Amino acid sequence: MTDLIQSRDIDFLKEQARRIRISILKMLTEAGSGHTGGSLSSADIVSALYFYKMKHKPLEPKWEMRDRFILSKGHAAPLLYAILALTGYFDVNLLHTLRKLNSPLQGHPSSKLLKGVEVSTGSLGQGLSIANGISLGLKLSNIRARVYCLLGDGEIQEGQVWEAAMTASHYSLDNLCAIVDLNDLQIDGRCSDVMKIAPVAKKWEAFGWHVFEIDGHNMEEIIEALDSAERIKVKPSVIIAKTIKGKGVSIFEDKVEYHGITPTPEELKIALKELGENG
Amino acid sequence: MGSRTQEITDKKERKDFFNVAIATRDVYGETLAELGNIKKDIVVLDADLSGSTKTKKFSKLFPERFFNIGISEQDMIGTASGLSLTGKIPFASTFAIFATGRAWEQIRQTVCYSNLNVKIVATHGGLTVGEDGASHQSLEDIALMRVLPNMTVIVPADGFETSQVIETITDYKGPVYVRLGRSKVPSVMPEGYRFQIGKAFTFNIGSDITIIASGIMVSAALDAAAILKNKGVDAGVINMSTIKPLDTEALLQAASKSRLIITAEEHSIIGGLGGAVAEFLSEVQAIRIKKIGVRDSFGSSGKPDELLKFFGLTSDNIVETALSNL
Repeated sequence: MTDLIQSRDIDFLKEQARRIRISILKMLTEAGSGHTGGSLSSADIVSALYFYKMKHKPLEPKWEMRDRFILSKGHAAPLLYAILALTGYFDVNLLHTLRKLNSPLQGHPSSKLLKGVEVSTGSLGQGLSIANGISLGLKLSNIRARVYCLLGDGEIQEGQVWEAAMTASHYSLDNLCAIVDLNDLQIDGRCSDVMKIAPVAKKWEAFGWHVFEIDGHNMEEIIEALDSAERIKVKPSVIIAKTIKGKGVSIFEDKVEYHGITPTPEELKIALKELGENG
Repeated sequence: MGSRTQEITDKKERKDFFNVAIATRDVYGETLAELGNIKKDIVVLDADLSGSTKTKKFSKLFPERFFNIGISEQDMIGTASGLSLTGKIPFASTFAIFATGRAWEQIRQTVCYSNLNVKIVATHGGLTVGEDGASHQSLEDIALMRVLPNMTVIVPADGFETSQVIETITDYKGPVYVRLGRSKVPSVMPEGYRFQIGKAFTFNIGSDITIIASGIMVSAALDAAAILKNKGVDAGVINMSTIKPLDTEALLQAASKSRLIITAEEHSIIGGLGGAVAEFLSEVQAIRIKKIGVRDSFGSSGKPDELLKFFGLTSDNIVETALSNL
């Protein structure tokens, strides 16, 4: 395991995002099942969080002062596993066990099995409530740490998300930052066809949140939004990150079918080549 | 039992709920307020029913540690989960049907799967909710909670036991469901009784029958045993206040000495105490088990006593069941 290096350098963060994508694609191809599109779409955001913004200690996962990350869209587990491995929470070789019997890398994240996973997720719509509870608890304990919660855009069709949105605003949780991965696709099709979620920004605003709208693949915009969110007081912040599902690999980009299927070995070769990785 | 619990027990001002007829929810409110003084990690959440669940008292004393989440039970369970992840000891309260029904999947996915230290203390369990009727009478909550891995399920029989249950679960790490009632219940547990998770209290074992009861039905079981004694039937009573993990030792004792087991609960006969007892004994011992409870139906509006009679949950029903099956 390597020591964690964090930086605000854009090229560094882009390079980490590239490594995350490569790791996701390799582990998914080996596993033969799992969620490709939504893992790739959030890679830039997660790179910025773990390699720049969040205070965390991979060798001390329960460090009291750490910033917390809740992956509410738990099906993007490969993304979480990739970032945790790359930042040194566990040996990268463990990534070969994804979705296998007795592996700590379950199909959806299990906090009892894997270091760095704050709470088990996978059933959509529950993460923001948990993030709220952590934010309240940190405030009660006078711990100045922040809580980040990544949601899918299809996920915000769940009613509990809006219950939680009310709670965060009611309790003025300014140590909380939600991020919505707005890739406009869910399993059954475009969000607008399955169940219209627009206008997303206006909804969060109406619920009392400070809203940032960014290009979720533009590293400058991501870190600028994360920095600005920290300065917002009295209300919670949400970053609505416009993304492309499957981002980074053109054959997967904006394709609904790659929500829940994995690359074939041939597709992996093409993908790795596109990402500038040989083998 | 932790030393801090002992500290409470020793305190002069500690309210004694022994030997009084009182609603278990009232004792919950009092006990929580007392514990709040000593255990600063306790936080309490409610879903707009704090007047009814009696968490209001805590909210007045410790407003900074009380969170009304509004009418949103799923969010309440999630928020409680998050608080537990920062080392707090959250007690989440609402009516039993909303806590376990509306938020069941949150309890499964978040609380139990992650094995979080969340205490779900629900009031208004069973028929004795009374006039509000079927929509508010939870007859399924024990079944819903019992099936979940990592969950502990407790139904105190009276006020005295309730105060001890609340103290005890504060020191226990892990998910707990406690079911309390709306109406007053007679005091049944003897002086000197100490509650332990997973330990039933055996009043006595009958050579003819033993009644395994929980909650308000412990009182009915004791009445039934006295009536049966007058009729020459030797009947015993066990208070199975922890329904999960089940005290299998106590059950084996009863099953080896009695000829008939009767279970009695203010819950559906499907999946509750009767179900738990039958599941266990059917694998280890050939003994007949008769179940007293609500027979696969919804409740109804009415006075608590009328409802218990109407649905066949009285000491007379236990006596009849005993006499016709011996």
